[in-house]
Amino acid sequence: MTQLVIIAIYLALLLALGLFSNRLFRGTSKDYMLASHSIGPFLLLMSLFGTTMTAFALVGSSGEAFKEGIGVYGMLASSSGIIHSLCFFVIGLRLWSWGHRYGYTTQIQFFRDRLESDGIGLLLFPILVGLVIPYLLIGVISSGVVMQSMTGGAFPALFPTSNPGTNGGIPPWLGSLVICCIVLTYVFFGGMRGTAWANAFQTVVFMVLGLVAFYAIAMKLGGQSSFLENLRTCSEAVSLEKVTRVDMSKTKFFTYLLVPLSVGMFPHLFQHWLTAKSAGSFKLPVVAHPVFIMIVWVPCVLIGIWATTDLVPSKPPLPKIPGTEIVNANAVLPFLVKTQTGAILGGFLTAGILAAIMSSLDSQFLCLGTIFTSDIVVHYVGDDRLTDRQKIWLARGFVTAIVAVTYGLSLLPQRSVFGMGVWCFSGFASLFPLVLAAIYWRRLTAAGAAASIVATVVTWLVLFKQSGFGKNRAYTVDISFGGETYETMPVLTIFVASAIALVVVSLLTRPPSEQTLARFFGEKRGG
Amino acid sequence: MRYTIWFLVLFLLILHQDNWLWENPRLVLGFMPIGLFYHTCISMAAGITWFFAIQFAWPAELDAASATHDANSVPGTVNENNEPGRREERA
Repeated sequence: MTQLVIIAIYLALLLALGLFSNRLFRGTSKDYMLASHSIGPFLLLMSLFGTTMTAFALVGSSGEAFKEGIGVYGMLASSSGIIHSLCFFVIGLRLWSWGHRYGYTTQIQFFRDRLESDGIGLLLFPILVGLVIPYLLIGVISSGVVMQSMTGGAFPALFPTSNPGTNGGIPPWLGSLVICCIVLTYVFFGGMRGTAWANAFQTVVFMVLGLVAFYAIAMKLGGQSSFLENLRTCSEAVSLEKVTRVDMSKTKFFTYLLVPLSVGMFPHLFQHWLTAKSAGSFKLPVVAHPVFIMIVWVPCVLIGIWATTDLVPSKPPLPKIPGTEIVNANAVLPFLVKTQTGAILGGFLTAGILAAIMSSLDSQFLCLGTIFTSDIVVHYVGDDRLTDRQKIWLARGFVTAIVAVTYGLSLLPQRSVFGMGVWCFSGFASLFPLVLAAIYWRRLTAAGAAASIVATVVTWLVLFKQSGFGKNRAYTVDISFGGETYETMPVLTIFVASAIALVVVSLLTRPPSEQTLARFFGEKRGG
Repeated sequence: MRYTIWFLVLFLLILHQDNWLWENPRLVLGFMPIGLFYHTCISMAAGITWFFAIQFAWPAELDAASATHDANSVPGTVNENNEPGRREERA
């Protein structure tokens, strides 16, 4: 019950912050969707970091370390530290500049303008929406699961289950509904400004609480008097497989480096980039992002490998995947917090995990609402035929509809949705050549862009089918060379197909007019 | 200097593939697996490299462009969207 009270207070605080940010709302569609380009360095850092770090940053990182060992840090965290900042610097800054100058709100507006093609928008629209929705579903479903496992025992008469760990906990349908309503409220009233403030608040919450949980778990598991002694005791008990990468494929590790490039094509990050007050606002996020990732991930990875040791008491046992004897790796962190620390810290950490989930959900909901409003309704009805107030209410209507649809989908049985995460990221990452070429290659054509998108979709679908529609989480594309077989992530194949199609078709077709190229690249030298 | 920065970024990406530590079980300071410690250093090095990037490879023309754009805002006026008025809008 203590945990439930803490979670309720946290959610109420978040709601109050969202409603407060509504007082700062300037009443324009530009303010609703882009916070009137007024976000400074600190808020930009916090909102970009909060958006890119999902529930996976806390729960998934410890879970993956539990399964795979320390290699997950290099595969998912240090690589993101380099690549995400690279995307902010190389992609975000340029797109911000053009967005600021030409009044873009969405990626599709940019591509339509840059490539002089209305059709490219129609082609991109279902792809972007289709890739964001599973990503949203993961967040909504996770929030329900976390709420249930952390409030277990609170209402045994009201919400009985056969699993002792979740008996009496708030059922996932209710937990997810509460989270959706909270996020919808502050996005609905506060728009991008509310989202940015809520993200900043939530990012601080989950970073601080992650560190506190690390300290508390180390002190309890180690059983020694000093913190350093406890760290040593815990790590010395870890098996060789978990402190090294003996079971991890080197080529899989290497090709995973392409996955963080997805950040360059995330539509919700594009929108966040455009909120920046000035080019200088990007400096702090570019530098601090890798360090922030490290602060969140290192403690979680250590907790994950410690959970594999005999230091974890056998009673109660680690939670299992229902119907199997396999440990539910994603439940390792909440389980350790619940069993190794007090109820108060458990409540706070649950708030931290929910913060990580919500700080991504809000941006994604707002982004999809903005895409529907700007790229479909306003684009085809006509900018002049709608008042600014009508645009705001359209965006709010779409955000509400998307929340309702996502929540409805989350109630359907879908065991493989968590396996979809890396596939969504791979899809976005494979569209990276498109955005890179649009910014730096004058010769890119609309046909080349379309070919790249089609190549991405076709290759993605073929490989996704081969993986059993995401059910085979260990699926790799194996390449045989010189008598050796190398495992590679599917993203490599999709990325290469996308890049080749883009270059070849662009070189065979006519580029946009000189007038358009001059707008983006300046006049051609000597021309 | 700009090329040096991009070389550093590339070098960091190469260093990321630390095959030489793959099977090393050593614990740095007695608690940090060396593979994890190494990649923690990669994260720190990334922060430092990006710090140099914003110092020495920053596209200054974008700062100038945003300053010009803001200077074009006409103080005290608003457009139909209730935003600061501008001398030039979307091209």
